Amino acid sequence: MANANTPLLEMRNIKKDFFGNQVLSDINLTLREGEVLGLCGENGAGKSTLMKILFGMDVIRETGGYEGDILISGEKVKFNTPFDALAAGIGMVHQEFSLIPGFTATENILLNREPKKKNVISEVFGDRLNTLDYNEMTGRAEAAIDKMGFSIDKNMVISEMPVGHKQFTEIARELSKEQLKLLILDEPTAVLTEKEAEALLASIRSMSKQGIAVIFITHRLHEILAVCDKVVVMRDGLVVADVAAKDTTVEEISKWMVGRSVDTTAKAEVRDNEGAKIAMSIKRLWVDMPGETVRDVSLDIREGEILGIGGLAGQGKLGIPNGIMGLYEAGGTVIFQGQEIPLNSPRKCLDASLAFVSEDRRGVGLLLDETLEWNVAFPAMQVQNKFLKNYLGGLVKWRDEKAIREVTERYIDELAIKCTGSKQKARELSGGNQQKVCLAKAFALEPKFLFVSEPTRGIDVGAKALVLEALRRFNRDSGVTVVMISSELEELRSICDRIAIVSGGKIAGIRPASDPSEDFGMLMVSMVK
Amino acid sequence: MNETLDRTNLTLRDRLKAAVESFGLPRLIIAGFLLLLFIAAPFVGSDFWTQISNTLNRFSWNAVMVLAMVPMIHSGCGLNFGLPLGIISGLLGATLSIEFGFTGPLSFLMAIVISTPISLILGAGYGWLLNKIKGGEMMIATYVGFSSVSFMCMMWLLLPYHSPTMVWGFSGKGLRTTISLEGFYDKVLANFLQINIGNLSIPTGTLLFFALLAFGMWAFLHTKTGTAMTAVGSNPTFAKAAGVNVDKMRLLSVMLSTWLAAIGILVYEQGFGFIQLYMAPFYMALPAVSAILIGGASVNKASITNVIIGTILFQGIVTMTPTVMNNMIHMDMSEVIRVVASQGMILYALTRKTEGAK
Repeated sequence: MANANTPLLEMRNIKKDFFGNQVLSDINLTLREGEVLGLCGENGAGKSTLMKILFGMDVIRETGGYEGDILISGEKVKFNTPFDALAAGIGMVHQEFSLIPGFTATENILLNREPKKKNVISEVFGDRLNTLDYNEMTGRAEAAIDKMGFSIDKNMVISEMPVGHKQFTEIARELSKEQLKLLILDEPTAVLTEKEAEALLASIRSMSKQGIAVIFITHRLHEILAVCDKVVVMRDGLVVADVAAKDTTVEEISKWMVGRSVDTTAKAEVRDNEGAKIAMSIKRLWVDMPGETVRDVSLDIREGEILGIGGLAGQGKLGIPNGIMGLYEAGGTVIFQGQEIPLNSPRKCLDASLAFVSEDRRGVGLLLDETLEWNVAFPAMQVQNKFLKNYLGGLVKWRDEKAIREVTERYIDELAIKCTGSKQKARELSGGNQQKVCLAKAFALEPKFLFVSEPTRGIDVGAKALVLEALRRFNRDSGVTVVMISSELEELRSICDRIAIVSGGKIAGIRPASDPSEDFGMLMVSMVK
Repeated sequence: MNETLDRTNLTLRDRLKAAVESFGLPRLIIAGFLLLLFIAAPFVGSDFWTQISNTLNRFSWNAVMVLAMVPMIHSGCGLNFGLPLGIISGLLGATLSIEFGFTGPLSFLMAIVISTPISLILGAGYGWLLNKIKGGEMMIATYVGFSSVSFMCMMWLLLPYHSPTMVWGFSGKGLRTTISLEGFYDKVLANFLQINIGNLSIPTGTLLFFALLAFGMWAFLHTKTGTAMTAVGSNPTFAKAAGVNVDKMRLLSVMLSTWLAAIGILVYEQGFGFIQLYMAPFYMALPAVSAILIGGASVNKASITNVIIGTILFQGIVTMTPTVMNNMIHMDMSEVIRVVASQGMILYALTRKTEGAK
């Protein structure tokens, strides 16, 4: 072949920033026909952004485009919309399904590309009224399913399919496009059972034999080693490794994924609370939180420690506090200071002096349209009858505006919340300051035990340090046990005493925060489902 | 010199702009229109003080029903288009009080006493229903109001009322469409401490009664429960995470609103002098809804000030337009303007719903 040496896809010096925040710098990738490339990296490493650039998603153009070149078969291309990418032979299967539930697999596979027959009406009114050629459709759907190498019932309605088959329907839809040269699979095995995942791997192999190149994004590293020709590992917007799959191991990849070249943040004194009493004992907890299912978590939390809970997104780490605090349906037993805490009842948890700072600041954490005073004082007022004046022998519980203002102003000072005053609306604050208000709200409850979920998500570096410092001080000065959930391992290592890693809805292991990052990285991917 | 002048001008304009923004453009237009009507009134031959008295009277009749909007807005149930349900409780209280033979001021008191449990029970059922369909409250509320009115159209005929002041003279059964309150509680509140200066008369008693209820509402919103109710409306998930029983708060707000509507219709009747049955409550919700919206409330924020300003503006226009406009252009425009103002205001507020929500 004449073009045997021209790679199918080449990405040269791709750079991308979101409003000055560099998320990709100098990415170089090459991919040949029929090659399978495994792309891995922690959440936020830049995998998704890179794929969005390749697929011409609107969000890239809207945020100022990207730098660098993309070459398909040696020709420079610039995709403005996903349709351009589709026309160039790139297909993508997203993490979320885009299928019509009431249609059959065949109809979904060929949606809007159906073969059509002319009829009397369409002769008069135009092509939009052509009849669908169901025989032809069946044939094409069969061909696509054959190409995939995993058999699904082409006549089954999507809503009745098991989740794995939906995934395969999506893949078949991409394969039914004749011009398809490159298929991007974004965590396709996340929803599959082990058997289905194996079938998917087999179908990737068969696609590759037919000359279709595949970019395979997954957290399950052994799958990458099993099916890929080469592995690209990303971290903080850089490609840190680009090697042949046969030359590497799961250990090496996970080290690349989490390893920091210069470890500046981890400077916490790690305390060993070996002998301390157990503050909370969680046994066989399950939580039905969409996207963060907890399957079977048993965990002992020691009095006075800061315990970190880490893990990859979607593995269930966020489900643990949300389930215990009653925001999502949960089961199992939680014993706090010798007392069993009833699940599914936020009030009972708060009564037991637990507090929770939610990861969903704007949705759960704040009254955006109310003053900071209300935000800070509300839970303490409702749960503990603080900041109230009693009249008529307790019959009338009047809001004590003065006490509310005092406590709010105290926390504004203590946490250095930037605002125009305690009467400002929470909506008007920046993300970092909103987070501090959420902390103040929890602190005002004076809890014995605090869950903090993703306290630094979406806030800048300076605010991050302040928030972490506030948490540390709260733990040290008031002796409050803190459980902090975060996707950022280094952040956990910088503040926690012990870190538990959640994987596949279970605790994969608990280690002192002083252990090397690689060990945690191994745990993160150990039970990924 | 010139420069400083410019700067002060600029700040003045900015300040003016900010003031307009905070007051709201539609409110400003309506207030301007009302002001214009008041200025025009003497020129077209209607007495200024009589107009003021009329406006005050209409305000005093309607203000409590507008106040009934407040609790449901606070708890996030939206505008209470189901107001007729509360009005029906009030009507039941009124007719039963007369049926039982109470007269004079006592009949008013008994009407309140009887309608209270009815409105609380109906309100509880209504609230239970609204808790089942979170997000579509206003649509459902509208139909709860409409269907309850239609249902009562049958009941007014079928219920075994016997009082000769209320039933059809011919057959001796079934309630009349309009029942005079003379001898019962016609103007009981209005005549209390009424002030008459020339053509100006102020229904002090009714205004005081409204003030009492408004103060009660204001005070309630300053208590622990009231705070929880507002928080539920502002962000239900936040309230849930803070240990508040969201459904209970919403239920409470609906019951409160229904009860206030029942009291509201009784106050309206004592001012108007008649009980109106059958289809009369059908469109009662709309003036109250548009009044509170004109007053500057949004779908999820409302204050007592909104109630007062809104009722004055809305009722002012309703009272003034017939006299002034009719005298001016010799054509009956009042109904048209009233409908345009009230429906237009509701439409305007509903399109801005997303802005107020989180």
